[in-house]
Amino acid sequence: MTAADVLLLALGAVAVGSGVLVVATKHLVRAGLYLVVCLGAVAGIYLVLTAELVAWVQVLIYVGAVVVLLLFAVMLTRAPIGASDDLDRPGWPAALIGGGTGLGLAALLVDAYRWSSVELPAAGTAGRIGDQIFRSWVLPFEVLSVLLLAALVGAIILSRPDIGRPPADRAADSGRSGVPAGRTGAAPTAGDGRSR
Amino acid sequence: MRPVIPYVTAALLFGLGVYGVLRRRNAVLVLMAVELMLNAVNLVLVTADTTVRSELPHGGQVFALFVIVLAAAEVGVGLAIVLQLYRLRASVAVDEVPLTEPPATLAPAGAGTIEENR
Repeated sequence: MTAADVLLLALGAVAVGSGVLVVATKHLVRAGLYLVVCLGAVAGIYLVLTAELVAWVQVLIYVGAVVVLLLFAVMLTRAPIGASDDLDRPGWPAALIGGGTGLGLAALLVDAYRWSSVELPAAGTAGRIGDQIFRSWVLPFEVLSVLLLAALVGAIILSRPDIGRPPADRAADSGRSGVPAGRTGAAPTAGDGRSR
Repeated sequence: MRPVIPYVTAALLFGLGVYGVLRRRNAVLVLMAVELMLNAVNLVLVTADTTVRSELPHGGQVFALFVIVLAAAEVGVGLAIVLQLYRLRASVAVDEVPLTEPPATLAPAGAGTIEENR
């Protein structure tokens, strides 16, 4: 057991423990905050594994952006402040499948690696990772930027009710109450969606 | 460094994510459980990068970066869907979402909201 092993064990225990709390807590906001602890512990594991750039990107994007987005969603959906009892389905199947998946994968990996030891490679600094990305993985990198653009446009279209309506719906509106009435009918719907 | 420790951590995190996705009713909590699963996959990628000596160095870490970007895009679109669902149904319980709604009931529902708004 070297110092790296002890650190990995401690950080792994923190990550799994806060992960249990994320899926088990009855407070919506606390689930998001436990997720911060879990993702931070995973970032610490990355640091011990000498993946510096991935660790800091994890802190920036996951802890900084994704969790904040999730907390925004918790608040925008009018989540109750205290504990809520209707968060869970009664679920033996979930425990069975989730536990089976986790313990099965763990058994597989323990069987594959036993208690073997490896030397840590050269640290994954920004220079080395950037060199790899722009030397060997340029095409996936560019495809990923197109995908980010697609996700951006998709999120905008999803959250605008007035530009995603099917034409049949629009035709039904205008057929029922005439074209000018249909127009005035559509405007309050959009305004109502924003004001809620 | 014993690679079995981060591998087992990742496996347990993935199991927790599966459990959360199947167990939770709130759509935002389901997204959080999906994040747990994505993190488990990232952890496997980074650990494999240290244990497996490949032709291209640091391929696992590059892929972990790609997965992080994918997760950010997924959360953005997922939360747009969740907020739209909340606006339409005033609820984000995933087991109350009607999966097969006949179009005949859709049109009166839309008309009803328009009538209410007037």
